[in-house]
Amino acid sequence: MSKVTDLRSAVAAHVHDGDVVVMEGFTHLIPFAAAHEIIRQGRRDLTLVRLTPDVIYDQLIGAGCCRKLVFSWAGNPGIGSLHAFRRAVDDGTLEIEEYSHFGLAMRFFAGAANLPFMPMRNYFGSDLPAANPLIRPVASPYGDELLYAVPAIRPDVAILHAQRADEDGNVQVWGLTGIQREAAFASARLIVTVEEIVPREVVRSDPNRTMIPGLIVSAVCPVPFGAHPSYALGYYDRDNDFYVRWEAVSRDAAALDGWLHEWVIETPTRESYLDKIGRARLDALRPEPHYSQPVNYGRYR
Amino acid sequence: MAAIAETEVVYTRSELMVIAASRALHDGDVVFVGIGLPNLACNLAKRLHAPSLQMVYEAGVFGANPERQALSIGDPCLVAGAASVCSLADIFLFYLQRGLIDVGFLGGAQVDRHGNINTTVIGDYAHPTVRLPGSGGASEIAALARRVYIIGRQSKRSFVERVSFVTSPGHCPGGGRPPGAPGGGPHLAMTDLGVYDFDGSGEMRVRSLHPGVTADDVRASTGWPITVPAGIGSTPPPTPEELRILREELDPHGYYLKA
Repeated sequence: MSKVTDLRSAVAAHVHDGDVVVMEGFTHLIPFAAAHEIIRQGRRDLTLVRLTPDVIYDQLIGAGCCRKLVFSWAGNPGIGSLHAFRRAVDDGTLEIEEYSHFGLAMRFFAGAANLPFMPMRNYFGSDLPAANPLIRPVASPYGDELLYAVPAIRPDVAILHAQRADEDGNVQVWGLTGIQREAAFASARLIVTVEEIVPREVVRSDPNRTMIPGLIVSAVCPVPFGAHPSYALGYYDRDNDFYVRWEAVSRDAAALDGWLHEWVIETPTRESYLDKIGRARLDALRPEPHYSQPVNYGRYR
Repeated sequence: MAAIAETEVVYTRSELMVIAASRALHDGDVVFVGIGLPNLACNLAKRLHAPSLQMVYEAGVFGANPERQALSIGDPCLVAGAASVCSLADIFLFYLQRGLIDVGFLGGAQVDRHGNINTTVIGDYAHPTVRLPGSGGASEIAALARRVYIIGRQSKRSFVERVSFVTSPGHCPGGGRPPGAPGGGPHLAMTDLGVYDFDGSGEMRVRSLHPGVTADDVRASTGWPITVPAGIGSTPPPTPEELRILREELDPHGYYLKA
């Protein structure tokens, strides 16, 4: 059965007020188009989970969608700060729950593997367990080793962007895969936006590249350039100028409101967003092709 | 004459900070790299004395071989030409926690006399005066890497007696690591004033001063009465080749080392 649908319907069906939502993608494949749809549909009181809140959550926080943030590094990568995040923390309007990358990654890992927690050799001598009482010491049942544990997280919905999928929702990703697989398997529902829908034969010719099976996918939506201003390996580079300019936009609450109004509310589809950016600028982000060598899977019959 | 030519090399102390960090890397080291200054130091070492140094990035890359300078920790240039690309969970579980990382680079808003690092908050956690980005992978690098190299510009604000929040633990007062932490902890610190190491009681001390920097300069930029051992040497100045690679190949636009 086809899982292909449009982004508006997918967000309407699967993202509800008050949900725990994870939108992953570690610098690569950040699902910006889906975030803009959430803003347009006016979702409220979300608990947003993400290792690096990045510009995507700065936008959702600035748009008033977020009640609580679960994270491990909150900056504008390579540029500076996330000012909507910092304002919301300063105002006391945003609750935070803080980990390290390893800790939050292991929360997804435990959730994906249906375990109550994951132990790790971390947090000894750190103040993070005092700041976050969910990070707890645990004794090994097989010796006298002391470890720390983080609890499983099982979000209501995960949202990812990927290079391609077939219509059954089998999702293929290459390049940096961050913590997307773990976030997907941990969550009750899963929306994936993709650069392109490809025939089943394409996916099945290279099953090692399938990171997420259609089995756990609720909806797959074709959204070319759906990760802009982040990047999709082989399709387009990061729009670094956008990240640089975000610094000034997010520093000023009124400028941020104006940006959201102009680029999200009054630009109601991804196509209109791409037209507004300009096809020439988008084309300039496309890399020259660089193909891997094919592998021989063999034929066994 | 070579000696004269060398004294004519003009460089900044920040450039020498990166060069000192690159010299402290050994051929064959497996290095957990951060963006910016550590990235420059690793690429410099790889081009000079450590061609088989392996760069590991938390985004999920082992043995990166980038064709351009990475602008972010997950830059696409880190993928093509790498030995392996894996999930972020794999990097933390199988490389870092497994004990495969020789050197982890860390920096932060505050570093203290025992090498504790703060990248979380200045002031009280619940009501901070400054909210910083947080740990990222720093806390686990501090716990698990064999050697931690601290890199960053030094001032009384950044080199403090005691950090206001320990994001990434250093050495315990009196020496030794926090019980349970498998890694060796802070080994060296490289700043724009000098190179530092840690004595048997886990306390940071001066190892060499950059040319033109005095012991009093260091004391004036350190928030505790730092030990300046007698007879310490001067950090060797950059060679023309180190500077050429740094400026022409690694940071041609001056993103990280703008004078």
